[in-house]
Amino acid sequence: MSGEISRDEVAHVASLARLSVTDDELTTFTDQLCVVLETAAQLNALDLDDVEPMAQPYPLANVLRVDEIVPSLDRDEVLSQAPAAEEGRFRVPPALGEAP
Amino acid sequence: MSDTTETKQVLPDGWEMVIGLEVHVELATKTKLFCGCANHFGDEPNTNICPTCLGLPGSLPVPNEQAVHFAMVLGRALGCSVEPGIFARKNYFYPDMPKDYQTTQYEEPTNEHGAITLPDGRVIAIERAHIEEDTGKSTHLGGGGRIHDATATLVDYNRAGVPLVEVVSGPEMRNADEARAYVAELRDILLATGVSDARMEEGSMRVDANVSVRPVGSDELRTRCEIKNINSLRSLGRAINYEARRHVDLWTNSDQPNQETRHWDEEGGRTTPGRSKEDAEDYRYFACPDLPPLVPTAETIAGIDESMPALPAARRAALAAAAGVGEADTLLAIERGLDGLACETIAAGGDATAVMKHVDQNLAEGQGELTAASFAALVSMEADGALSSTQVKTVLAELVANGGEPAAIAESMGFEAMDTGELDGLLDQLIGDNPDEWGRFLEGDNKVQGFFVGQIMKATQGKADGKIVNQLMRQRAQG
Repeated sequence: MSGEISRDEVAHVASLARLSVTDDELTTFTDQLCVVLETAAQLNALDLDDVEPMAQPYPLANVLRVDEIVPSLDRDEVLSQAPAAEEGRFRVPPALGEAP
Repeated sequence: MSDTTETKQVLPDGWEMVIGLEVHVELATKTKLFCGCANHFGDEPNTNICPTCLGLPGSLPVPNEQAVHFAMVLGRALGCSVEPGIFARKNYFYPDMPKDYQTTQYEEPTNEHGAITLPDGRVIAIERAHIEEDTGKSTHLGGGGRIHDATATLVDYNRAGVPLVEVVSGPEMRNADEARAYVAELRDILLATGVSDARMEEGSMRVDANVSVRPVGSDELRTRCEIKNINSLRSLGRAINYEARRHVDLWTNSDQPNQETRHWDEEGGRTTPGRSKEDAEDYRYFACPDLPPLVPTAETIAGIDESMPALPAARRAALAAAAGVGEADTLLAIERGLDGLACETIAAGGDATAVMKHVDQNLAEGQGELTAASFAALVSMEADGALSSTQVKTVLAELVANGGEPAAIAESMGFEAMDTGELDGLLDQLIGDNPDEWGRFLEGDNKVQGFFVGQIMKATQGKADGKIVNQLMRQRAQG
């Protein structure tokens, strides 16, 4: 992992996250992200060959719950807090394209 | 699986299909994967929702132990190694997931490296069978239901968070029939293990087909298209054949397919383009910090293996051996769940040929109250000529509906064996009454045979055995 990230990459990540950024912001964020990545890249200097990959810091596994139904929320209450609802459903702007 | 596509040549000479299937299976749990909302198809929209499956701030997911168990059972049934699994977030913006990510297993799925053996003996590799949550259901308003012309989208989150296992095959199937056999086999495994109700029409089993073509003899993997919206085994075959032909047309016209998702249009009998793959492939997966890993112990896996029910391949082999038939002739019995009954009936002395005949022809509704002992007794009565085949069917239907003892049922229905002498007399009388018809029979007009059998059936109210009447007529004609 090097500390380098290009303006194009930052613009791409911003678009994936549905963020619109100006040219000035793009410059600022690119600089800032480079610093973040450089800091993280310090890990590359360590010898981690004997360290197991870890997805989580907690020493936990198999935290499960019993398959029992618990009451759901009241639909009217939930939908009353949505910007729009129709026929018991959330109404949203037309979804373009397909669900992934 | 009768479809005309089976026998026709689908692609021009020199081309072959490369098919891989991704099958999403909804698990038959009471609740969702990460919350206690009911997992129930067909409820009023948005009645099974809570802060967790709506992705509200502060909510935390906790995996359902039954869902994890079912996933591991399916993994073992598919011959997978069941490994420690990690949940990841697949990030995308689409209203069917209110969290803006789908929780799934990415780099470390629970199940890997299995296989499905088809009835014809071909082995199709399973690359992985990972756990993930289902998405909500979108309804597009306006534009005649077409996604691209919609004016608004309505979303129901009852299905968001329902537990799924996605079973991913290798790109190893070479024609539509193999793909359908694979899905049918997977469905039978799901039903045998009770992991899912596997109803394609209700969406509890959803098949996406990755299709490409290549010159025969090549081992290259060309650009593939992923076909969605396939709702039946028949559609699966039609969609694959359509898509493969489309690819060959493109390649032979100096063109090539785009890698994209396409929709199967059942009425139009064609696929239409959806989202282009490269637009949406960047899901920025990362391990979900809210969910500790699933780590199966050796005892867990041993326990699953010990309580594994007989799977379809083993059941086919057992019935084929018991009945002395090929495995292909056992498929209907397996599909109807009658293989156990058939094996027991044969073991109890029932004639194998007769048992298999009744299983295929007269037990479409299942065995009901019918037991192996009564089935074997009935088959023996039929073999002895104590009952005609029409009477056997009637008694069999009664045994399925209410159970009982075949001899007693036959007696209560007034079914007594017609002795041949009685039939002889009746036949003589009919010949006397219908000399013209009998003359035609003697001249070799076999159609008139049905007339005599019909008249005798009428006179005996179905008690006569048609086969014996035919025999008696032939004896007279020869004598």
